Amino acid sequence: MSKFENTKLEDFKGVWVFCEQREGKLMPTDLELLSEGRKLADELGEELCGLLLGDKVTDLAGELGQYGADKIFVCNDPRLAVYTTDAYTKVLCDVVEEKKPEILIFGATNIGRDLAPRCAARLHTGLTADCTHLDIDVPAYVDFLEKNSTLAPDRIANMKKATVKVMGQDHDVSRDLKMTRPAFGGHLMASIICPRFRPCMATVRPGVMKMAEPNPARAAACQVIELPVELSDRDLRTKVREVVKESKKLVDLIGADVVVSVGRGISKDVEKGIALAQELADVLGGVLGGSRAVIDSGWLSADHQVGQTGKTVHPKLYIALGISGAIQHKAGMQDSEHIVAVNKNSQAPIFEIADYGICGDLFQVVPMLIEEIKAAQASKLA
Amino acid sequence: MKAIVCVKQVPDTSGKVAVNPDGTLNRASMPTISNPDDMNALEAALQLKDDTGCKVVVITMGPPPAEGMLREMLAMGADEAVLVSAREFGGSDTFATSQILAAAIHKLGLEKGDVVFCGRQAIDGDTAQVGPQIAEKLDIPQVSYVADVVLEKDRIVCRRMLEDGYMTIETETPCLITCIKELNLPRYMSMRGIYSAYSKPMQIMDFNALKDETLIDRETIGLQGSPTNILTSFTPPQKGGGMMLEGADRSACKTLAGLLAGKHII
Repeated sequence: MSKFENTKLEDFKGVWVFCEQREGKLMPTDLELLSEGRKLADELGEELCGLLLGDKVTDLAGELGQYGADKIFVCNDPRLAVYTTDAYTKVLCDVVEEKKPEILIFGATNIGRDLAPRCAARLHTGLTADCTHLDIDVPAYVDFLEKNSTLAPDRIANMKKATVKVMGQDHDVSRDLKMTRPAFGGHLMASIICPRFRPCMATVRPGVMKMAEPNPARAAACQVIELPVELSDRDLRTKVREVVKESKKLVDLIGADVVVSVGRGISKDVEKGIALAQELADVLGGVLGGSRAVIDSGWLSADHQVGQTGKTVHPKLYIALGISGAIQHKAGMQDSEHIVAVNKNSQAPIFEIADYGICGDLFQVVPMLIEEIKAAQASKLA
Repeated sequence: MKAIVCVKQVPDTSGKVAVNPDGTLNRASMPTISNPDDMNALEAALQLKDDTGCKVVVITMGPPPAEGMLREMLAMGADEAVLVSAREFGGSDTFATSQILAAAIHKLGLEKGDVVFCGRQAIDGDTAQVGPQIAEKLDIPQVSYVADVVLEKDRIVCRRMLEDGYMTIETETPCLITCIKELNLPRYMSMRGIYSAYSKPMQIMDFNALKDETLIDRETIGLQGSPTNILTSFTPPQKGGGMMLEGADRSACKTLAGLLAGKHII
């Protein structure tokens, strides 16, 4: 066990973002996290720092600076070129023990979700997975609860006192990171704090935080600092034989402005249902998504999945075709700006959150809808 | 060589979920199931047993009724079961849970050649943290999101899925692997398995059984030893005020297209 002393909270300063790169390219979620991290750092009155691990990746720091980082720390080593749990955990924990960040955020990618728990266990601190909302400021958090929860007003009012019992003691949460995440398939939301240990760690779902506009002036002011790396081959117990990019084009659900998703309602004629949805998506310049049932049945590949176990999307327009709207699906799309639902069952829960609903057979409705949308687009151009 | 499989009994979140007025889950009113990813972990271990004849031990932390789930897994082909259960362990977050499970696995003994299998994540919390944290506490290598496992002499070769592809990773043993549903199709219980399930060993590890393990310290287990605390939990509000269009004919489609165009969405 390390002798890292992390219960003296005042020794820990700054908001840090682990900036993941793959093959020398930044992940989009790095920029989302820095944008969100900037807000948190401002609320604390502290610095925002990025931590970048890789081999000869210092040049990437400039782009990170545009999204609000005050400092980017870079660790270069050939053994960090490709992600391994052992090498990244060792280097990251060494940096944390020396620099003592107060908050450390990771993207909840397949790599972030491998690295963060391992580091939290080694550092003896708390980690909250897959956060969808972060706050420091208590008034901002109370405002969030008022808008996004069904909590009774007296319980929300109680939160304004910013004091809770932790281990029988009164604890002031006004400088704690309040990490909100879905649980039980999205049926419940929980706000978690890490009151006694630092750094406070969180993974954040990709696509949830809004990316700020890049600011070149900020990049110029951002300090880039290379840190020494202490790694030996004995630290590495796994060997990566190869990294394979799947040749098939993966669907960029998260960045799409329009998502057309299909559910179990296409089962009557799967091929035709998917073709119709794809055509509608094409007409709208959008992409094709699917519910868990569709992915589990093998009708669409997993990269199309929207929902708690799939991707979280908030496009301008989300069209749900033959999707009943199980809570686990809603968890991934209910923050879309506009939701259209087509379903045969008038009682389908999807209609509870839809802005516009049509109760009917998607195989009959969608072809007409495609024509009418084309007509509406044409008359706009005319 | 042996395979240890970490499993969890979870409320079935795919159906109706009951929520108490205070915003917590009404677990008592919900049916429980074996966590789906854990069934893939068990199947991977049973396939290793089919190939090598190794012993398969299933282990869970939870209340006494979790024994029923363990019996089912013995009926599927596991050889031994361990139920880690004590009041002192209640309220554990992922950190504290991994601490306790790692202590229990350490007590079982972990040797070269052994593999610990976990599901990627449990459907109640969806954190995917306990597997990697157990590996850290046991100081063994981990491979997560595994969609294929092959034993090559004394090393394990895994296909580890990424969002945009995969890595082939070779690891020394003992090691911990977290499994995803693409890995395999879990088998059913066999008739013979059901008959033998009640004669197979079921060990209960309570606080006293584990208290001499170095990982077990009242400061690091249970509610008290959990670094994270729940500040509040709540149900999200239903979005409302949507509009159902009359009929499902061309005029409804025309109205909808007009509404979307009017809002400059299309």
